[in-house]
Amino acid sequence: MIRIGCGQGFWGDSSEAPVRLVEDGPLDYLALDYLAEVTMSILQKQKKENPAFGYARDFPALMERIQSCGVKVIANAGGVNPLGCAEEIRRRCPQLKVAVVLGDDILDRVDEFPLLNIDTGEALSNVREHVLSANAYIGAFPLAEALKTGADVVVTGRCADAALVLAPMIFEFGWGETDWDLLAAGITAGHIVECGAQCTGGNCLADWKTIPDLARIGYPIVEAEADGTFVITKHIGSGGRVSLGSVKEQLVYEVGDPRAYYTPDVIADFTSVTLVEDGADRVKVTGAHGLPRPEMLKASISYHWGWKAAGTLVYGPPMAAEKARRGAAIVNERCELLGLKFDRTVTEVFGEEWAMLRMAVRASERGPVERWTREMIPLVLNGPPGATGYGDGRPKAHQVVAYWPALLPRTAVATRLEVLG
Amino acid sequence: MKMQLGSIAHARSGDKGDLVNIGVIAYRAEDYEVLLREVTAERVKAHFADRIEGSVERFELPNIGALNFVCRQALMGGGTLSLLSDAQGKSFGGGILSMEIEA
Repeated sequence: MIRIGCGQGFWGDSSEAPVRLVEDGPLDYLALDYLAEVTMSILQKQKKENPAFGYARDFPALMERIQSCGVKVIANAGGVNPLGCAEEIRRRCPQLKVAVVLGDDILDRVDEFPLLNIDTGEALSNVREHVLSANAYIGAFPLAEALKTGADVVVTGRCADAALVLAPMIFEFGWGETDWDLLAAGITAGHIVECGAQCTGGNCLADWKTIPDLARIGYPIVEAEADGTFVITKHIGSGGRVSLGSVKEQLVYEVGDPRAYYTPDVIADFTSVTLVEDGADRVKVTGAHGLPRPEMLKASISYHWGWKAAGTLVYGPPMAAEKARRGAAIVNERCELLGLKFDRTVTEVFGEEWAMLRMAVRASERGPVERWTREMIPLVLNGPPGATGYGDGRPKAHQVVAYWPALLPRTAVATRLEVLG
Repeated sequence: MKMQLGSIAHARSGDKGDLVNIGVIAYRAEDYEVLLREVTAERVKAHFADRIEGSVERFELPNIGALNFVCRQALMGGGTLSLLSDAQGKSFGGGILSMEIEA
């Protein structure tokens, strides 16, 4: 049996969680998921400004804190500069051997494929000049190869989140590329823990008021067996709760057809698994069934879409919600008088006795959005009475980086391995 | 007997682009039949009539007593494009639990 913890559900998740996981009980592997869809474009921007950047810069600092723990770490913290990330880890922790998996970055090759948008069918050429980053999702086998080098840390860029958890199972148990049921078991385990505390009591609706000690919530651990059965648990004494409810909620989280959960390594069938309670804060999962892996890999492409801004005001009694709605109508009319054109606008009013007015706009050009940011806060003096909550000043215009999901042939992506130290 | 869905089920929602998925899970295995009968794709679409612009598709997970609803065009473009407070569809899970059902 091996124990794999997941200590990071996104870049910006608790910085203490991975440290608690390696210090508060036995653990063999620590998987850390840093990359959301939009993260790659942020990292690409940082790399443009400084070629040494482009990875999750808090990850080398974390490695410095946990370098003596003896737990193998697998992280997609490399972003668009996995080698730079690995070099910084080596600089801070010279005794660690770091393996880097490369090959997900296809930014220089986007013209080789049609890369039709999965949702709209549009060709990428329509937004080609605005493309900021392009990465193929790679699977667990290259990560398992990296573990074979004896590395203490495996760093990669864009990989399937659940592959970070499947990789040590492939390496330890010698699972093969067509062991579909075993691979599906590993992907199911990875899917359940890849959002960190969302399977140990965080963001959990099932009996949420009785979930204990969320301040000290334990992050998840997979106890994996060679036959594909596994237990989801957390360290004894940590807060939160691992229950049938918390695990079921995560099993269906961000899932389309549960009979066909696509990953680069296998198509997992989430309707095949059986969940049983296996003692306090332990849920055992058996029976995972998998179908052969898809011929196409998913690519994650980001591009500059345009601009948006959002602002809020708060109205007090009496008739707060009505004042908020009237305030919004006034802003919209003034924008019309100014001739501002938007792709879309939204007005939301939350609450009745006290009400929060939230307005937002987007446009492909920066001009109308910038102009709009000057129209909301004046309501405090020149709109309905009693507007407050403007402490952050006028809204700011933000660049909108949109996401372009596409497919490309598996054969077009070749990964390679570099080992430092 | 009329009751709110939340008295027999819990739920969690999330996003993929402009799509929201809502997993609805019966607390007790025997109530899965009630979910199958009462919580149809049409009723989910009607429940969120002002938020879901596209279609709603239902998938069944009898192994965990759950249904999964895939709701299209539910986030005004989704992700970074969305102008909504809840751009990631996190509130749909709690929101569906106020649906009135016959159990």
